[in-house]
Parts: sequence; structure tokens; C-alpha cells
Amino acid sequence: MADGVPEWRRRTPRQDLLVWFGWFAGLGLALGCFHYISERTIWAFVWDAPTQGADLIGRMFPPRWSYAAQLWKPLWDTINMATLGTALAVVAGVPLAFLAARNTTPSGWLVRPVALFIIVASRSINSLIWAIILVLVLGPGNLAGILAIALRSVGFIAKLLYEAIEEIDVKQVEAVAATGASGPQLLAWGIVPQVMPAFAGITVFRWDINIREATVLGLVGAGGIGMQMQASINVLAWPQVTMIFVLILGTVLVSEWLSARIRHAVI
Amino acid sequence: MSGLDAAAREPPARAWRPPPLIASRGLRWAIYLGALAYAVLAIGTLEVNWARAAEGLSRGVRFIAGFFPPDFVSKREDILEGLMESLTMTVVSTAIGIVLSIPVALGAARNLAPLPIYLFCRAIIAISRTFQEIIIAIVFVAMVGFGPLAGMLTLAFATIGFMAKLLAEDIEDIEAAQAEAVRATGAGWFQWVAWSVLPQVKPRLVGLSVYRLDINFRESAVLGLVGAGGIGDTLNTAFDRYEFDTAAAVLLIIIGIVLACEYASGFIRGRVQ
Repeated sequence: MADGVPEWRRRTPRQDLLVWFGWFAGLGLALGCFHYISERTIWAFVWDAPTQGADLIGRMFPPRWSYAAQLWKPLWDTINMATLGTALAVVAGVPLAFLAARNTTPSGWLVRPVALFIIVASRSINSLIWAIILVLVLGPGNLAGILAIALRSVGFIAKLLYEAIEEIDVKQVEAVAATGASGPQLLAWGIVPQVMPAFAGITVFRWDINIREATVLGLVGAGGIGMQMQASINVLAWPQVTMIFVLILGTVLVSEWLSARIRHAVI
Repeated sequence: MSGLDAAAREPPARAWRPPPLIASRGLRWAIYLGALAYAVLAIGTLEVNWARAAEGLSRGVRFIAGFFPPDFVSKREDILEGLMESLTMTVVSTAIGIVLSIPVALGAARNLAPLPIYLFCRAIIAISRTFQEIIIAIVFVAMVGFGPLAGMLTLAFATIGFMAKLLAEDIEDIEAAQAEAVRATGAGWFQWVAWSVLPQVKPRLVGLSVYRLDINFRESAVLGLVGAGGIGDTLNTAFDRYEFDTAAAVLLIIIGIVLACEYASGFIRGRVQ
């Protein structure tokens, strides 16, 4: 400013004011929300948390390693629930994706909105909530877990897949159409090969997420290692809970590594 | 033309097939067989009480009928209370999570951080990402007691892992030339981050934040199952009391809010990216 050269500024004063106002409003909202939460909190318990936490950790360690012998079967069930649930979701999700994609749907104003609603409903309800409902209907057990996983995953797989279908290269489809291919042939030779890598990636990605989700479905009675976790927490057997956590950690790390490997190979 | 006619009459030597997804034939069959063997084994060891399931299915119709019509009115106070808890929990946990995730993300980017800090931040991310929110919520409820604070802490913790991992990947992919240009002006470390790294990852940061807000609301709907507050508490109580019409109302509200969040986040991400 000194020698008449205006100092460089990123924004005009008006923009500056707007940005600051935005931050101010955001901060105000967050603080207001925190105040609401804090009114519903018994702070005496919170101030006690370090002691409680130390106490909890003291009781959690060392893990009861011998308990692992009873956990292999539930762990196997957990992995099966995730895998079979994903498989079921693929079976239902793939047709749903083709019905929902703008360029493959048989009817834009009738079928597509219905398919989109199914996708949103499936996605917005957590698999634990699905599990509660299914346990009430089918009784506790693995079947409820598999179906809960499947119902939650259908929407996920269908959503990502229909987005992939909408983004395909039209020229390839036109080329196949130019050979005189019929509708199903067009689908099989023009569209499916283009979305195959995306499909494989999405499926493996969801399977990885499902392994994590399957570990907690047992909390509401839907089978798997979560049942053991619930039982151990109910009797305050924290060393057993730690053992379960260790197993879950190991399983999740392996599944994440595996899914990353597969996705790298496919995409 | 006669040559072409002859070629057309000739039966094709073999039909053309598109290249399969997995190129190696041996590997492909190994995967098919492995998958089949696994499916047989998995379904074989599955202990399903089919009698109970069949009985449940016949009752299922009656059960589903209990959902209709959804009852928004008779438990209105509880639903509003749960909804407010969920929404406030979502806002605060997302804000705290984002603020805390930025330093972790900077530390977890290999091109910014020295190795010890990198490993430390990656460990935080790994722990936060491995465990389901519910499991973390159980631990927090044991520590700070029942209520929305436990849920808020859980979601903030989960947000850190999610945001930091994706943001760190984006930071690792930044344009090195721009960063170098800023450094060449003699900028200090903070100036360097603020003027070269931040502008490059900002669209992604905003997009991820909005996306995470959406996820946090969805998750807040189940944390109530383990006593961490929110609309999940209301839902769980409704199921426990067999008030399925109230449960249906809560589920519809969740779907509605998620739908609104999704549209809003899609709109914001479209504007920023």
C-alpha cells in the first residue's frame, strides 16, 4: 500500500464478510447442538471417565486366550453371513440396477422411481435395524443375519452399479446395435462387458464392509460372533470381550487386505 | 462379390467370445470351483431353524400388517426427542471429527510427514476404521454413561478414521509442482500447507465432509441400541414394546431425512467439485 500498489487480497471485503458469517453460523450451530447434548449428559459420570476407562482397560487385559477355542465356529458363521448375504444382494441388486439406470430402464416414469425408492429404502436402514425386524419375524439365528446383510447391501450394490451403467460409453452400445442386435443381445454384448470391472469392485467392496457389519449383528440375536460378544458383555466378562475384539481386528484386517488385492487386480 | 458370398455361406470356424474378466483359464476355473466348494461348505454348516423360520413367515404377514398405518402421533414426544438427539449428535460429531481428522490426515500423508508421525497417524486410522461404530459405542457408553454424549464421541471417533484416510490419499496425490512453487517463495510450513496443499484438496474435503454428515446421521439411528442415545433409542423402545406402528413411523422419518440429506449432499458436492 505504501508505494501506491494495492495489496493483493484473495476476496473482496463483501466476500470476506460472507465467509466469516458462514463460519460464525456454523460454529454457532455446532455449539448450540453441543449445548443440547450436554443438557442430556450426566457430567459427573463423564468426569469419572478416565478412572472408569483405566478400570475398564485393567479388566480387559490380558485377553482370555483360551476363550478363542469357542469362537472359531461363530467366526466362521460371521464370515458366511457376510459372504452369503453379499451373494444374495448381488442376485437381487443387479436386476434392480438395470431397472434404475436411466439408459436401461424399461420405463422412465413407472419402473425407475419404484426401483430408486427400493434402493433408497434399503440404503437408509442400517443392517442392525433390518436384523431386529428379521429376528422378530424369523427368530434368532444366522438366517436373519444373512437376510439383514442382503437387504442392506441390495441398495448399496444397485446404487453404485446403476451409476456405473449410466456412465458407460454410448459408442460401443451403438456399434453393437448397428449389427442388428436385439435388446437382450445389446445388454449382454454392449453394456455388461463395460460395467463388469465396476461390478466386481463394488461387490468386493461391499463384502469387506459386510464382514465388519456381520460382527455386530449378533448383538440383536442375528447370529455370528456378536452373540458371544453380547453374552460376554452381559456377564461383564471383559477379558473374553477383548479376545473377541482381537479376533474381529484380525478378520477385518485380512478381509480389507484381500478386497484391496482383488480390487487392484480387477480395476 | 462372389468371394464375399462364399465367405457368408461358409460356417464360422468358431463363434467369437468376449474376453473374460479373468484372463487365465486355470485361475478362472480354480476360482469357480473354490467358490462352489465354499458355497456348499458354508450352506452346509449353516444352522438354520427352518421350522421356526417357516412359522415366522406365516406370522410375518400379521407382523408387517402391524406396521400399518404408521403412528406418528401417540409417541410424538419420544420421537421428537430422539430425532433432536440424533440431529445434534450428527452435527457436533461431524464438526469435531473433521477438525480432528485434518491434522491426522496431514500426518498420514507420506509426502508431508516423517515416518514416525506417518506410522502413528496410520495406526489411529486403522483402529478407528476396523471396529464397527456399535462396538466403539459400547466402550464409550461404559466410560461416560448412557446418553447422546457417548454417541457423539463414537461418531466423532469414526469420522476421524474415515475422513483422515480418504483425505490423506488425496493429499498424497496433489500436484507437486504447485507445492514446490509455493515453497520456492520462502513460505513456512504452515503457509505452505495453507496455500498449496489446502486449495488442492479443498473440493474433496468439502465433499467428504458432507458425505460423512450423511453417514453419521444414518449411524446415529442405530447407536441407541447400546444406549448411546438418538432416534435408535426410540426405535428400540418401540420394538421392545411391540409398538410396530410407532417403529414404522420412526423408520419412515429416517428414510425421509436420509433422502433429504442425500439430495442436499449431492447438490453441494456437485457445486464444489
